[in-house]
Amino acid sequence: MGLRITDLTKSFGGLTAVDGFNLELGDRDLQGIIGPNGAGKTTVFNLITGVYAPDRGQIQLGERPVSGLPSDAIARAGIARTFQNIRLFAQMTVLDNITMALHARAGYWLWEAAFRTGNFHRQEARLLAESREHLARFGLLDRQRESAGSLPYGEQRRLEIARALATGPKVLLLDEPAAGMNPREVEELIQLIQQVHRDFSLAILLIEHQLPVVMELCREVQVLDFGQTIASGAPQEVVRNPLVIEAYLGEEEAPA
Amino acid sequence: MVCTLILALALPLQLSVDAGLFPDVLNPYYLHLLTIIGMNIILVASLNLLNGYLGEFALGHAGFMAVGAYTAALLATKALPSAAALPPVLGTCIILVVTLGGAMLMAAGIGYLIGLVTFKTVGDYLAIITLGFNMIIVNAIQNLDFVGGPRGFTGIPKNTNFLAVAVCALLTLGLLRNLIQSSFGRVWVSIRENAIAAELMGVSIAKAKNWAFTIAAAFAGLAGGLWAQNQQFITPRSFDYIKTTEILVMLYLGGMASLSGSILGVVAYTLLMELLRNLLSAFAPQLAEWRMLISPLILIVIMLTRQTGLLGNREWRWLRPRQGA
Repeated sequence: MGLRITDLTKSFGGLTAVDGFNLELGDRDLQGIIGPNGAGKTTVFNLITGVYAPDRGQIQLGERPVSGLPSDAIARAGIARTFQNIRLFAQMTVLDNITMALHARAGYWLWEAAFRTGNFHRQEARLLAESREHLARFGLLDRQRESAGSLPYGEQRRLEIARALATGPKVLLLDEPAAGMNPREVEELIQLIQQVHRDFSLAILLIEHQLPVVMELCREVQVLDFGQTIASGAPQEVVRNPLVIEAYLGEEEAPA
Repeated sequence: MVCTLILALALPLQLSVDAGLFPDVLNPYYLHLLTIIGMNIILVASLNLLNGYLGEFALGHAGFMAVGAYTAALLATKALPSAAALPPVLGTCIILVVTLGGAMLMAAGIGYLIGLVTFKTVGDYLAIITLGFNMIIVNAIQNLDFVGGPRGFTGIPKNTNFLAVAVCALLTLGLLRNLIQSSFGRVWVSIRENAIAAELMGVSIAKAKNWAFTIAAAFAGLAGGLWAQNQQFITPRSFDYIKTTEILVMLYLGGMASLSGSILGVVAYTLLMELLRNLLSAFAPQLAEWRMLISPLILIVIMLTRQTGLLGNREWRWLRPRQGA
């Protein structure tokens, strides 16, 4: 089992943002969470990654409970994420954004870096090669020296996914990766996520606002509304569920 | 390359001034200026680690300098034999290594504690805590009679010279450059760029920040240790927030997150101040004290016109990584 979440609950003041959320995400599963704005989707991600501490509930990565750990420990345990509003290290180069993500596997001590020991040079060469290989896989190698903030939007999204994958996660959380993309970019993104799912041994959990993305990618989806799961199952069935149509109709046209 | 060149020039320069050669061109005053520049480079480059690369706003750098200066002064006068009792060059070297090492260790220890205290505070809060620390250090020393209290610490032997300062400054620049261009440096900059993203990439912000504070403090301590043994007389007031401000002005003048900028800022500021001093004392001695208005004025002008400083975050070639990375 990749990620198992039971009864996850979080309130802010009087508002229950997430109410009794459950999830079973298999080792190489690809599942989605959909729902209207403010349904609590991003709060689920913030709870999983330790940005907020849950009021109630359990989060288990494999056999290991991770709820209550600090964010950085959860990340090192193997949960990586991207953000709805892209959070790259804008002034660092594209290459450094990736190499930075390998920091936990740098393999040298501070004094070795300060005095440039042989081990430092060997490890640094390894990090560099690994980062370049990774960039090449995402088609960003010819951008490596540019600053991350100067990339076009679609490539920033791609770099953010690449950076999250560079940490070597067991579970990848993608928070509205298609937000702000045009149809062509969305099509490329779908292919990219399929490719990642095929090539990397990991589970993917996807928050998405655009139904077509979820329909095409996910085996199973959950629909959140006002913090509660109102439907779950195969995407083709879920979108025919009257509750889901109602939740969506308030602000968007009915799903096709 | 540049390092070797500077050292190759520093040694004969020091020797010829000591020997009194070419007194018109190579007078001790110029060497004194270069020495001040060297010590300021250590201070500014190490503060750059915090304010430029880590993206914090630390305001207590002169406090760490004070810790280093008093530690070195105590070691040199109370714990160690005078250089005269030891073999000539080697003895001074040993004294320097011990006093400066002690100064760095002591300042690093205090820097580590400050890092612990400021855990989780950023921005204004961190600025105020570090400023408070600077004032505590200065006031504490003023109340310690065995280091001279407000009268200052006198009779420190002159164990440093330009050569020693040049070696220390180049070592500082080299070590800082190496750290900045390593995984540790990338983590520091990533915290500046987006702390939340860095944390969710598995960075322990508290730990990374604490390393930076410890290292920056150690080098400020080194500068203090050199300062004490160069001036031979230190008072608590020479390390108050006015000194911190001066370090900040040089840092912002040169440019944040650039070691080249730190060097340039120090050289430009130090030469400007000296020039003003000479001009004023020659033509308008009654205005001499107005010189001190210049440094805050520079800071305001930089902030208004060129916030990136003279160099922005660009680096000269010799401070960039050697490999074609």
